[in-house]
Amino acid sequence: MSSSNNPLPPKERLQIVRQSMPEQDPLKRAHNFEEVNLGFTDELALQEATRCLGCGKPRCVQGCPVGVKIAEFVDLIVAKDYLGAAAKIREDNVLPAVTGRVCPQEEQCEGSCLLAHRAGSSSLGIGYLERFVADYERTTGQIGLPACAPSSGKKVAIAGSGPAGLSCAGDLVQRGHDVTVFEALHEIGGVLVYGIPEFRLPKDIVRQEVDNMRKLGVKFETNVVIGKTVTVDELFEEEGFDAVFIATGAGLPKFMGIPGENLCAVYSANEFLTRVNLMKAYRFPEYDEPVFDCAGKNVGVIGGGNTAMDAVRTSLRLGAKNAYLIYRRTEKDMPARIEELHHAKQEGVQIMDLWDPVEYIGDEKGWVRAAKLRKMQQGEPDESGRSRPVPIPGSETEVALDMVVVAVGNTSNPLVQQTTPGLDTDTRGRIVADHEHLRTSKKGVFAGGDIVSGAATVILAMGAGRTAAASIHDYLTTGEW
Amino acid sequence: MFKIVEARYLSKDVKLFRIHAPRVAKKQKPGQFVILRVNDHGERIPITIAASDAQEETITIVAQGIGKTTKLLNTLETGDSIADVVGPLGKPTDVEKFGTVVVIGGGVGTAIAYPTANALHDAGNRVISIIGARTKDLVIFEDELRAISDPLIVTTDDGSYGVKAVVTVPLQELIDSPNRPDYVLAIGPIPMMRAVAETTRAAGIKTVVSLNAIMVDGTGMCGGCRVAVGGKSQFACVDGPEFDAHQVDFALLAQRGAMYRDKERVALTRFEEEHACKLLEAAKA
Ligand SMILES: Cc1cc2nc3c(=O)[nH]c(=O)nc-3n(C[C@H](O)[C@H](O)[C@H](O)COP(=O)(O)OP(=O)(O)OC[C@H]3O[C@@H](n4cnc5c(N)ncnc54)[C@H](O)[C@@H]3O)c2cc1C
Ligand code: FES
Repeated sequence: MSSSNNPLPPKERLQIVRQSMPEQDPLKRAHNFEEVNLGFTDELALQEATRCLGCGKPRCVQGCPVGVKIAEFVDLIVAKDYLGAAAKIREDNVLPAVTGRVCPQEEQCEGSCLLAHRAGSSSLGIGYLERFVADYERTTGQIGLPACAPSSGKKVAIAGSGPAGLSCAGDLVQRGHDVTVFEALHEIGGVLVYGIPEFRLPKDIVRQEVDNMRKLGVKFETNVVIGKTVTVDELFEEEGFDAVFIATGAGLPKFMGIPGENLCAVYSANEFLTRVNLMKAYRFPEYDEPVFDCAGKNVGVIGGGNTAMDAVRTSLRLGAKNAYLIYRRTEKDMPARIEELHHAKQEGVQIMDLWDPVEYIGDEKGWVRAAKLRKMQQGEPDESGRSRPVPIPGSETEVALDMVVVAVGNTSNPLVQQTTPGLDTDTRGRIVADHEHLRTSKKGVFAGGDIVSGAATVILAMGAGRTAAASIHDYLTTGEW
Repeated sequence: MFKIVEARYLSKDVKLFRIHAPRVAKKQKPGQFVILRVNDHGERIPITIAASDAQEETITIVAQGIGKTTKLLNTLETGDSIADVVGPLGKPTDVEKFGTVVVIGGGVGTAIAYPTANALHDAGNRVISIIGARTKDLVIFEDELRAISDPLIVTTDDGSYGVKAVVTVPLQELIDSPNRPDYVLAIGPIPMMRAVAETTRAAGIKTVVSLNAIMVDGTGMCGGCRVAVGGKSQFACVDGPEFDAHQVDFALLAQRGAMYRDKERVALTRFEEEHACKLLEAAKA
């Protein structure tokens, strides 16, 4: 790459420290639903971008699951061509304002950055920069909508409107296909609208991306459950679709099967977050959907992933007196984004790592009042490379809790699989699709995102949507399966 | 938006709506339900589909105005619209030829039981129906059920119509008679379903109930609708809503059903105050 825009010699770039993200005061934000991170100013963005060493073979690009041309977009920021930088990202990533906020950068681009591996230095703030240009583009209303190819006369149905479905729809409509996205819920966006809270990803951002797609010609039909309202076979036979992409996500909550899990005020994270985010229960009674009133109460969230983190921070914002994150491994083994853990602690979330619930205890009216927990210790490493949590005999103790949120993972929803003959699934109920083309065992049917990979990340789902779009396009133009 | 093509009261608080919902109308089978959201600020609630007409592209639902959402729904008239209607959800009823079947509808449950009763009748069963209501004015779907029943029995708590009894009295009589039922379907308030389950348990008669758990998505995504059946956790929206009555933990269903009682009261009071204001303004104008 001809990294020409950067005025500083590499040595001087190394002198600049990583710019921190301006954020809402932790004590204040713990009580509101506004976004935590406030975003870079132009100055901060310029300063940060200037830190980039402009590596010949940028490792950050290899670290990105969709290969965003990071070194090039960062260089465009240095040249103050923010719109150019945004357009560069959009070549590989259609949801930069989203991924700039929610990607686990520390494991991907930033984790691969040369600066991250230098003593006394830390990685380039790639996520913050991505967010900066995406927001610039968005707030100045200058998103360059790409031109669409002339109509191909082919119809594609997409089941599910999460990042996989949306990115596939965006790519296909640009190639001239007639695309309809079917969504079971009443709002478009999948986990981006029902799961991830407003304070981490404002819903207006998702709405704007969806509006852009509408402008490009993507059709959206909400309130359609594929497999119930209409089956995949009916989409082909009765509605004239030429291909179907299944992107229904991993939306089935896991419970642990321990006593007391059906007590009142024991929620799955999906239910708790859906009530609060999608249904806006935090604005009850202005909105009708209720949720347990956490104000002044003790809340325990079980798990250590992003979902658990979102749930526990949400409970704080609803007024919880004590919000505990109860995790059976150690804090450093938590799969959540590192920034979320950091933010959660700043806000007052109490981490109880190496604890595991064995039972919930209810009062006489059937409401949870306590959890029985047992202490764990670190055993031999398991297949995930982390040490296996092993219960310590006789360590059981009771913790008073008025609400519990179980956030120990999600599996795939079987509705489409059960109603689509000829569609192969694996032992965990996920749809089987070949890695390269995302073709399933059924002709004309493609699948990708969490429904194929199991619960993963926004960027991987988005990447799958784009891969599927490319192979659907090939299939529609060549007819070859 | 889903247009209401017909809205009319069946009894004081019970209103029937025919809604233009082509996709649902085409697929609906007895026992299935929809989830609806009245408007943009509304909650999502499940309502069983009482009938559907694929030709007319409509579904029929019957709502009893109890909480804020059903009362709000009942303010809607022909020509108004409902923001969201999704379905048909849940497993359809197993309709087989059992022989003699007894279909029991309590209150608004009568409307819900009707499509299944009809399907059981079409499958060649002798259908005996029992409608239970508090009082005469609350008896609904009587004519529809009578047309397929042999015989139809009505019970009221106050004796203002039919037999003064609870539904389990005529049920027990049937069990003891030569018309001993081979299958019982009961849909209505939890205490009624529980009483029916206890009555048929001793006689060993297969009994099915439809559970009105609190729901959000209706697709298995949230788990809020969990019920315990045979000691196992099930999601009423996808594994049900109909279950073997003898296996259902009714106490848990009642407990979980009461979870938002305080909030419901707040919402209802607020609604009634606003609604009263609106009526007052309308009267003034
Ligand atoms: C609370 C939470 C926080 C997360 N935080 C992060 C994060 O910070 N960073 C990150 O990278 N990842 C995060 N993830 C993971 C990430 O959101 C998912 O990996 C990603 O959204 C998967 O995208 P998808 O398109 O495959 O599915 P989804 O986003 O799950 O979308 C699937 C859509 O399909 C719909 N659907 C399901 N069944 C049907 C059907 N039969 N018919 C029609 N529609 C149907 C669903 O309603 C949903 O809208 C988080 C997940 C959760 C739950
Ligand atoms: S209503 Fe959400 S899983 Fe049944």
